[in-house]
Amino acid sequence: MARGSKLVAAAFLWLALITMPDWLNLIGSYPQLGTRIVILALAAMSLNFLLGFTGTLSFGHAAYFGLGAYGVGLTLKYLVPNTLIGMAVGVGAGLVAAAIIGALIVRLRGIYFAMVTIAFGQVFYFIAYRWNNVTGGDDGLSGWNRLPIHLGIATIDILGNERAMYYTALALFALAAALMALLLRSPFGRTLLAIRENERRARFLGIPVDRHIWMAWVISCTFAAVAGALYALLNNFADPHDLRWDQSGDFVIMAVLGGMRSFWGPLIGAAIFVALQDYLSTQTENWMSFIGVFFILVVLFFPRGVLGVIRRRSPT
Amino acid sequence: MLLQVDKVSKRFGDLIAVDGVSMSVAPGELRAVIGPNGAGKTTFFNLISGLFLPSSGRILFGGDDITRLLPARRVWRGIARTFQVTEVFPELTVLDNLRIAVEVASGYRLRPWLSRATKAAVRARVAELLETGGLIRIADRPVGELSHGDQRVAEVLMALALKPRLLLLDEPTAGMGDQETYEITRLINRLHKSDELAIVLIEHDMRVVFHLADRIMVLSEGALLAEGTPEEIARSERVQEAYLGKVA
Repeated sequence: MARGSKLVAAAFLWLALITMPDWLNLIGSYPQLGTRIVILALAAMSLNFLLGFTGTLSFGHAAYFGLGAYGVGLTLKYLVPNTLIGMAVGVGAGLVAAAIIGALIVRLRGIYFAMVTIAFGQVFYFIAYRWNNVTGGDDGLSGWNRLPIHLGIATIDILGNERAMYYTALALFALAAALMALLLRSPFGRTLLAIRENERRARFLGIPVDRHIWMAWVISCTFAAVAGALYALLNNFADPHDLRWDQSGDFVIMAVLGGMRSFWGPLIGAAIFVALQDYLSTQTENWMSFIGVFFILVVLFFPRGVLGVIRRRSPT
Repeated sequence: MLLQVDKVSKRFGDLIAVDGVSMSVAPGELRAVIGPNGAGKTTFFNLISGLFLPSSGRILFGGDDITRLLPARRVWRGIARTFQVTEVFPELTVLDNLRIAVEVASGYRLRPWLSRATKAAVRARVAELLETGGLIRIADRPVGELSHGDQRVAEVLMALALKPRLLLLDEPTAGMGDQETYEITRLINRLHKSDELAIVLIEHDMRVVFHLADRIMVLSEGALLAEGTPEEIARSERVQEAYLGKVA
């Protein structure tokens, strides 16, 4: 795409995001749906930092998403009644777990890597599921609330005002997206593309491939933890399902659906996924099978995802 | 000596792919490694570049023991290579392929951003490489879409971007037509003449070998069969019998 049309598309995208609570109201929906889209989009974009731009498939990103969620929930419930500290704990937990687990698995490739990420993810799921008296087990972690964020000069009332919650999520989404975009345009980001394109060549250019994949992994998981923390705040609840492998699968579906070779693809994928889920789940209990069929059609006929189709149609 | 390979062997199970081969390469030298298919030439390259570790023997580079170093660390010390099957970044443009190589070689691989002046320096170096290889007109095309010959030139340029002291070329003319062979031979010859860069190449095209090489070494069934100047190798009866004889 030409530079000019890219700018127009970006302006349009941000305008749509900034006005989302308003137009969602107009089409008869509700602002929390927008918040959920933005948060899950952040998780899918984090996953895609690794999948689409480093060429490494993780099927265990829900673990770090869930660590963010439980980190903020447990902190608010048991430790400190402060949303920012809770988020810091959640994101920190995701980061530390990713750094340790990443160091253990970074030498694996392809399907082996994906399988091991599932396995580690399930470990966290079972901890949350079994440790009843702390995590609430199967019922999830409830009995706590997000609290207004005090920033010294101002207070953001994310508790009483759904719009404040939306714009807080959008601000963090924007910050994370900007950081990821900046990284991908940097020499470091180009080494990740190099690894995706041809690992052997990358290695023989002198790139320590395992170390760079580890860094991409930690960055990716950390942003997934940010998304998870926001998700728990949105719901005032942390669900063991947030940690489970099928949640990881949802992130992969969102990324592939939207187009994993494009930076914004996963946002589109997440929007489609959440909107479909929201609509279909009021119609039928078997909503997931419809999403499944839709996913299969996209993969079969538009392997580059929804955004990939738009890209190809536009003159380059 | 820049590179000293001291009796290296590589076994894969019962197969001895490389059997006690030694080689010394001086700065600025162009050495050709020839031999029938399955002689162990590529395995020998893989031992020098670090893709495989030798079962026995030692490899010294610039006087330091590099026998067990990881490939990336050998690159940092100045060993660059190309492969028999071209290894490039197919979906990225020629420009980006070279840009990545230049940035990594300049030590910028972890930088989250570059200053304007640094970016300009990288661009200038990339332009210089494009000029060297004659790829300027196709700089903005994905490498995967180029002709086979241009892809191989692009790979050589990526190796050159690393400013190596030793360049290993695995069959640079493989699969090329006459014109492409002529052009890449000219490029290699220019590199050889222009600086202290040592080049070791595996090659099947004897015109290319005898045109370029200062010294030739012949491998057969993993072992060193003969080593010498092109004249000596052309005269050697052992080589005639074992290798050239079969071709003629």
